[in-house]
Amino acid sequence: MSVVNLPLKDEPVDGRVLPLDAAEARMFRRPSEWRIFWEAFSRDHLAVGAAALIGLVCLISALAPALSPYDPTVGDNALRLAPVGTPGHLLGLDGQGRDILSRLIWGGQVSIIIALLPVTVASLISVLLGLVAGFFGGKVDMVIMRTLDVFFAFPAVLLAVAIAGVLGPGMLNVMLSLTIVLIPYISRVAYMATVTVKSELFVDQARVSGARPSQILFHHILPNTLSPVIVYGSTLVGILIVLGAGLSFLGLGITPPRPDWGIMCSDGRNFLSVAPHVSAVPGIMLILVAMSFNIVGDGLRDALDPKLRR
Amino acid sequence: MSPAVSDALLEVDDLHTHFHLKNKTVRAVNGVSFAIKRGEIVGIAGESGAGKSVACLSILRLVPSPGRIERGRILFAGEDLLTKSDRQMRDLRGQTVSMVFEDPLNSLDPAYTVGSLIGEALTLHKGLSKREARKKAGELLRLVGIPDPERRLDNYAHELSGGMQQRVMIAIALSCDPALLIADNPTTALDVTIQIQILDLVKQLRDRLGMGVLWITHDLGVVAKLCDRVVIMYAGEVMEQGRVYDVLKHPRHPYTRRLIDALPKLGRPDQRLMPIEGRPPDPANLPAGCPFAPRCHKARAECGTTEVPLVESGDGRAVRCLFPED
Repeated sequence: MSVVNLPLKDEPVDGRVLPLDAAEARMFRRPSEWRIFWEAFSRDHLAVGAAALIGLVCLISALAPALSPYDPTVGDNALRLAPVGTPGHLLGLDGQGRDILSRLIWGGQVSIIIALLPVTVASLISVLLGLVAGFFGGKVDMVIMRTLDVFFAFPAVLLAVAIAGVLGPGMLNVMLSLTIVLIPYISRVAYMATVTVKSELFVDQARVSGARPSQILFHHILPNTLSPVIVYGSTLVGILIVLGAGLSFLGLGITPPRPDWGIMCSDGRNFLSVAPHVSAVPGIMLILVAMSFNIVGDGLRDALDPKLRR
Repeated sequence: MSPAVSDALLEVDDLHTHFHLKNKTVRAVNGVSFAIKRGEIVGIAGESGAGKSVACLSILRLVPSPGRIERGRILFAGEDLLTKSDRQMRDLRGQTVSMVFEDPLNSLDPAYTVGSLIGEALTLHKGLSKREARKKAGELLRLVGIPDPERRLDNYAHELSGGMQQRVMIAIALSCDPALLIADNPTTALDVTIQIQILDLVKQLRDRLGMGVLWITHDLGVVAKLCDRVVIMYAGEVMEQGRVYDVLKHPRHPYTRRLIDALPKLGRPDQRLMPIEGRPPDPANLPAGCPFAPRCHKARAECGTTEVPLVESGDGRAVRCLFPED
């Protein structure tokens, strides 16, 4: 059949008469965006597994008061450095005779919040900054990006230490300093993505369709800049758990005896040769959670991008 | 000077669009005049860099910076677009005057389905609800000859073939019943069979909807197949214009003649193609007199010194040459 001669009106294409309301019903049967997203995401078994692990860790940490078998701050000197599998203490005890499982459960609270919250908040702020700087260019670009460039003059860790030092110890201050440290990095990613997307032809297309600048920015550019930010942000979660631990170690973050996975790792450093499990158990946990965030990040990107959906 | 057209839809008169770079001025469009009547398909043909696209973007006032419209008038339905506010121009774009680009895949936002992309202009300009826009989008897809349009609405651009993508682009452009459709090389990315389908479709839609069409191309074959009138551009100036049959059958400007001679002809495998020697002039450094003179066989001394006017000879025919053929 010649395409040119296709019926232009509501005529039957293949000989059958299609009732109009049936055609309309077919037209509106489209699943919601959430459903499409979820179906794409759930096909990625690795990402679902990783998300489940993160969920489980969060749940257990949240229920720490009920689930923790022992007080994480009180030690039993008789059983110092007892290995994994000691009766009553599944994951052994640390240098001060404290139950590692209990400390892991309580520490998860701190470690996950300290990593996740700054990454989320910094990502939101950075996307806005990068988007505005990249889209408007010129003086706006100059002011925003050059200001952020100043932060690159200092190593990230040093900057975090400096900010946390000024603000004083405490969980909230650590998170604040980590957020500030992250913003320049994530902003760069968002900015680069915006500049790339801005020159795409579909932006010109929106312009010739009469779209307002705000509409172009939020409707066409923003959705296309999110995937690099999501992927980059998810890789930062693992780094942040470690960085947060570093700050705690320096006395700028969580104050002992409150546990946090990073502190637990560093506490075991003196016993590495005799009782490696003291550092290894929280270390493995850290790696698992950090990796899970990466995998979930990749899965999110794939499920959110129509081109990568399978 | 524009040819006198009484019922003109669009009248471009002595348009100059220049790009001011740091140390030079690129004269991309240099005194272009042409007109389109309602329901007429006008082709703009010329080599790459002749200023065709910039001329069209000037009509929509979307010349990318550092470009600026220096001089001229763009009358659309009798109103000068150059005096309109930004807001008025936004209302006009996509609604009264719409545009289709060369590369359909990259012109369609990958983050949205075809249905929501077509619906965008409808919700924007016509204030339709999402549901109404979707229904209209389905009708538009049927109008541009996409089979099973209801299903296609949920496709993303990359899931469609090149021809389908271009049909979607045309559907978007037609969504608000524009009076003028500007198409910038829309068939270059397509293979010839699909190209013919698109050309037929545009002709058919013009007959049904009665819009004017401005078709930019560097393919004289497309001009012959599709257009009613043609404007031949070179180095930002109109060299010749008139009815397609007249211009292609009896070109009066040496440049038009050379363009036609450079086309391969079916059934004449023994005939060598006749390329035009040399290159188009640097638009930042245009020669005095006729810009084609340095490449023209018939050029005489005065061609390189005197400003050559566009001379009309009735019936919309005009030629910019001191020694035109007859």
